[in-house]
Amino acid sequence: MEAIARITSRTVVLPIEDIDTDQIIPARFLTTTTRQGLGERLFADWRYDADGNRRADFVLNQPESAGAGILVGGNNFGCGSSREHAPWALVDYGFRAVISTEIADIFRSNSLKNGLIPVIVDAATHEWLIAHPGAEVTVDLASRTLDLPDGRNVEFPIDGFSRYCLMNGLDELGFLLENASAIREFEQRAP
Amino acid sequence: MTARSLFEKVWDAHVVAPESEDRPAMLYVDLHLVHEVTSPQAFDMLREKGLEVRRPDLCLATLDHSTPTVPVTSLKDLEVVSEPAAARQLIQMEKNCKEFGIELHGFASDRRGIVHVIGPELGATQPGKTIVCGDSHTSTHGAFGALAFGIGTTEVGHALATQCLLQRRPRTFAINLEGTLRPGVTAKDIILRIIGTIGVGGGTGHAIEYRGSAIAGLSMEERMTVCNMSIEAGARAGMIAPDDTTYEYMAGRPLAPDGADWDRALAHWRTLPGDAGARYDKSVDIDVSELAPMVTFGTNPGMVISIDDAVPDQDDPAFRKALSYMQIEAGKPLSGQPVNVVFIGSCTNGRLSDIRQAASVLEGRRVPDDVRLLVVPGSERVKRDAEAQGLHEIVLAAGGEWREPGCSMCIAMNGDRVTRGQLAVSTSNRNFEGRQGSGARTILASPLTAAAAAVTGVVTDPRTLLS
Repeated sequence: MEAIARITSRTVVLPIEDIDTDQIIPARFLTTTTRQGLGERLFADWRYDADGNRRADFVLNQPESAGAGILVGGNNFGCGSSREHAPWALVDYGFRAVISTEIADIFRSNSLKNGLIPVIVDAATHEWLIAHPGAEVTVDLASRTLDLPDGRNVEFPIDGFSRYCLMNGLDELGFLLENASAIREFEQRAP
Repeated sequence: MTARSLFEKVWDAHVVAPESEDRPAMLYVDLHLVHEVTSPQAFDMLREKGLEVRRPDLCLATLDHSTPTVPVTSLKDLEVVSEPAAARQLIQMEKNCKEFGIELHGFASDRRGIVHVIGPELGATQPGKTIVCGDSHTSTHGAFGALAFGIGTTEVGHALATQCLLQRRPRTFAINLEGTLRPGVTAKDIILRIIGTIGVGGGTGHAIEYRGSAIAGLSMEERMTVCNMSIEAGARAGMIAPDDTTYEYMAGRPLAPDGADWDRALAHWRTLPGDAGARYDKSVDIDVSELAPMVTFGTNPGMVISIDDAVPDQDDPAFRKALSYMQIEAGKPLSGQPVNVVFIGSCTNGRLSDIRQAASVLEGRRVPDDVRLLVVPGSERVKRDAEAQGLHEIVLAAGGEWREPGCSMCIAMNGDRVTRGQLAVSTSNRNFEGRQGSGARTILASPLTAAAAAVTGVVTDPRTLLS
């Protein structure tokens, strides 16, 4: 995985609460056996109409969203199904961070393993972001801050181990494999 | 020693390397449930890295999600009945299991079924175990006092390669349920009420423990329905302390211990319930004695009301968007709303007792011609047992379809779906936009309420039909 230190990008704002992973990537696209190519299907039922045409009123179809790499979602983003296809689709589309006041547990865990940074902010910061779509912001992993264009640096919580893995481009599996002897010992003493 | 909760006891017993600020705990996995949709990329990762499956004996693999619910006896049939991508995925699963030495309960097996139905019915699900699966409804197995939670595909790869996961310990949440259910009210109504009370994010960051007299009085199948939808309240895990009801259910199951092993296991299981004075990070008390059948009206499971109540109104864009999608009006009751499809099945309500309840309403009645009723047993065993009791004949006589086991219309990636704009009353777990098919509208309810909708053609309080 690629090492990430900071991401600077414009935001796309999708201020809907409880966006579930079925919206991020509908189940009918889960018959794939690879990780690639899901970006086309991201938010498929909101992005395209029944005939497959782009819906002009959906934010990702608007010209100002092109190239934006940070998604601001409503509270409890990523709830529902455990499908890792959701962060795969977001990353394949071009997103590198998701910002919300709350991010669902399994989605957050999956995102951290795919270089998609989950950023949890306070309600006031969230309101500011929603009021300023397209703002250029920086997610800085070293300082654990979201840096806003007005000069504010808003701290966000991130697990130290996940942060270390992201900043060094490391895969968590390496740590587990290094501990094979501890696993063996556990198996021997377990009933 | 300090008093510990059920969760803490199970967690502590599985820590291979402790948690620190720099590193999550390494947690050992006792049982890894594997299915075709969330595993192919994990098996590919093993191949890329030249790794083996560490403990194929601790994997339980089956076909359920993209699996058709029309008869399939061999993989060749799939070319006829499945979409090509789904067929490829099922064939890939067969290949992956063979290559990595995992026993697959596939089309030829009389043990196949929804992964969360077969784990318990085979006796693989046991108190005190850690159980994971690339599926958020893994919380179901918590009904046995196991710590069971859903994971993503990267973690499926971790569990396959090392039998361990790196995990931060969640906080604990006690949900205390007291009272006796009135006739016509079920475990599904309890969990819908809980989600309505604490919200779809109310359990985020927590492992729930369901406690109290109302839980103690439930059968294992009912407890599974409750734990199953913990994730719909945001909690990865929902647990219930094991008791005699648990042990009676487990005794004699094919993969449960027997003889002296049973006695040893039972002695251990009896130590698992939380100690007096165990502390929880938060708690809520709910009295179920006045509970009515519950129905959802919106596009997440927290948007739920008693069947007697009118749909509420909120001056909130997300709320209005949900009602607009559902084509449901605020201020009116849901009763009387015409329905197009009724789905009875899923890991939430696809067990024998669910089908028996539905059949109690269907018996001697007829589904109107313009309503489609689909009844899908949760496993081959549920199907056999239901047929032995003649329940399939009741479904067929009412005009319903009786299918092969699978996730079916709950996830709509297997050929079964609700068509655009149609309204379904479903015993499944998610009423998200498009969950049951692009443009489909879903009302979540119990098997009794779903069957009542099927025979009347409109949303109906099942208590009006009970003899």
